[in-house]
Amino acid sequence: MSFITTKENQTAVAAPPANLPNAKNDYQLPENPLVVIEPRSGWVPLNLREFWQYRDLLYILMMRDIKVRYKQTLLGALWAIIQPLFTMLIFTLFFGKLAGMPSDGIPYPLFAYAGLLPWTFFSNAVTNSGNSLVGNSSLITKIYFPRMIIPMASVASGLLDFLIAFGLLVVLMFYYSVGLSINILILPFLIILTSLLAIGIGMWMSALNVKFRDVRYALPFLIQIGMFATPIIYPSSLVPDKWRWLLALNPLTGQIEAYRSAFFGRPFDWFALGISTVLTLAILFYAAFTFRRMEKSFADVV
Amino acid sequence: MKPIIKVENLSKNYVLGGEQKPYSTLRESLVDAARKPLKMLRRGQSKDTNNFWALRDVNFEVMPGEVVGIIGRNGAGKSTLLKILSRITEPTSGRIELYGRVGALLEVGTGFHPELTGRENIFLNGAILGMRQAEIARKFDEIVDFAEIEQFLDTPVKHYSSGMYTRLAFAVAANLEPEVLIVDEVLAVGDAVFQKKCLGKMKSVSDKEGRTVLFVSHNMAAVKSICRRGIMLKSGSLEFEGDSISAVDFYMQGGSDLSSFQDWTETEMPGNDSIKIRKASVCAKEKSIGEPILTSDDFVFEIEFYNNIDNGDIDVTWDLMNVQGIHVAHIGTICAQNGLSRGWHKTSATFPRNLLNTERYTFSVQFGRNQRELLFRMEDILTFDIEDGIQRSGSSFHKFPGVIHPVCKWQTITAV
Repeated sequence: MSFITTKENQTAVAAPPANLPNAKNDYQLPENPLVVIEPRSGWVPLNLREFWQYRDLLYILMMRDIKVRYKQTLLGALWAIIQPLFTMLIFTLFFGKLAGMPSDGIPYPLFAYAGLLPWTFFSNAVTNSGNSLVGNSSLITKIYFPRMIIPMASVASGLLDFLIAFGLLVVLMFYYSVGLSINILILPFLIILTSLLAIGIGMWMSALNVKFRDVRYALPFLIQIGMFATPIIYPSSLVPDKWRWLLALNPLTGQIEAYRSAFFGRPFDWFALGISTVLTLAILFYAAFTFRRMEKSFADVV
Repeated sequence: MKPIIKVENLSKNYVLGGEQKPYSTLRESLVDAARKPLKMLRRGQSKDTNNFWALRDVNFEVMPGEVVGIIGRNGAGKSTLLKILSRITEPTSGRIELYGRVGALLEVGTGFHPELTGRENIFLNGAILGMRQAEIARKFDEIVDFAEIEQFLDTPVKHYSSGMYTRLAFAVAANLEPEVLIVDEVLAVGDAVFQKKCLGKMKSVSDKEGRTVLFVSHNMAAVKSICRRGIMLKSGSLEFEGDSISAVDFYMQGGSDLSSFQDWTETEMPGNDSIKIRKASVCAKEKSIGEPILTSDDFVFEIEFYNNIDNGDIDVTWDLMNVQGIHVAHIGTICAQNGLSRGWHKTSATFPRNLLNTERYTFSVQFGRNQRELLFRMEDILTFDIEDGIQRSGSSFHKFPGVIHPVCKWQTITAV
């Protein structure tokens, strides 16, 4: 800043229309525009650079969701355990005890809980992120930021619940004296993979939800179906060999089985996990590009 | 010198149906898609009447360090322009080049979460506005200072008074450091002292820090005092561009049209599934429409509408604004005690004489149900002048200051 005009100076200049500001501005204009705003059509690049610039927002929105989730609840974060625990108890009663469901030689409660743990994370993540854009409409219509951050933060905020519920798994394993093995080291990779799948589906659903509120009603229903289409309460070994491929088309199948292998130290089905990874990435990319294509109308439609 | 903002042939088109039905269901889309070709066959053409140009071929440039006021009536396209500039929505055609980072403040407290504390909301709001966490932490004390909320920092903001809430929100935004700051009407809230503080802050942002500010407001006094340049929009087009004082003058003297009488044909009637408006007018009592309304006249304002709700508990509410953007009155009535029948109705009211000052006014009208649910609102349905009715011997026209100018009963007695 070379000099600062005083108030008197300014009134003395007594502005004609083309009055240009004087040399007090030390910001150097770049040669090319930083941003060009133009109508876009068709497929839009993902613009990950900008996404990276807003990474703090992702973190803060995630923290917001975590902080707000159990505000004004009596049991607080216990809910993270209650949901999978009680589902496990019910399934143990009906499928384990009454129906005598096989569980690959692992005590059925443990078997079911190990499947319910990632499933609960996944289904909550998809539900929350599917409704996230509509729920944050006040942000979307008032401020610009990469919209993908909203459904992503919803998924990320479920990770804490996952970790809490994982704590209970460790307790259960101790109770049933099943030891952890080196296989557990793959857990971070599995969590990332499940998160990416949840982000893909959640992001896609959230974009559709902006335009079609049917999603809000369809989603819980689809998730319920998804639970039975995934080997959670039954082992995939229960499915006849010739139908196994159908089960493997569900990207969660390979992941859930891999979680069990990781927890109980059994061999991994790398082929199923590979299919799952490929499918997950395919869904993620498709969802991301679809989202980018739809996002320009969010503020007008939501 | 190169401009920091360059707007070229900017247009934005909205399809009007989309406004009344903010979202569609899948079934409707499918049915629409199936019907569309049929409809086109039947009518022999696609209908194009629902299109509404919120902005049309707007061109302007802003130099670095300039403070530009954007004025215009409600619906002139100001908000749309800001939304495009801040990249919330896309233009239909045209192009904007931005040579600096843009920080937009379209609403105070965007993203504030009521359950979170003041401290948490500062970080949340800052991040939403595009600040890095470290940047917010550095400015934290300054923000708290400006907002004057030290002792409530760890209280959830849902317990804040609306004044505290506004102060905190503005404080966060005022500490943004983009090269271009876009501000929309944030000064319409908060008490007078705080408004002054905000205006001062905006002035210093441009004067001392040399940043560019785009400021949309109905507060003409604020536009005149803060801005150097003014841009006036009217029905989506740029109507006037010049120094802010001329722009405000232009706006206040007939830059906007008068419309003391509205009469719509069947196809054009504004409204929705519940309410349709056919006519609206404002007129001095016992005079005909179009004759000047004097301060000494009672004036009648009325509206004819179709109520499509069986025995609905319908209310009509009018918002009277003056051209300075001051909300003068919010008046209304419940149309019938035991529900209003389906069909055409006319509601009228008489506004007492010798109360309003000479000024240009606009009425907006809204229909509600059960005094809660908004059925339909139309901004600026009527615009009219109230002229000086006092016969004065002096020759020069003189407008009294103040929003109202009631005729009072005066008395002077000898005091002992």
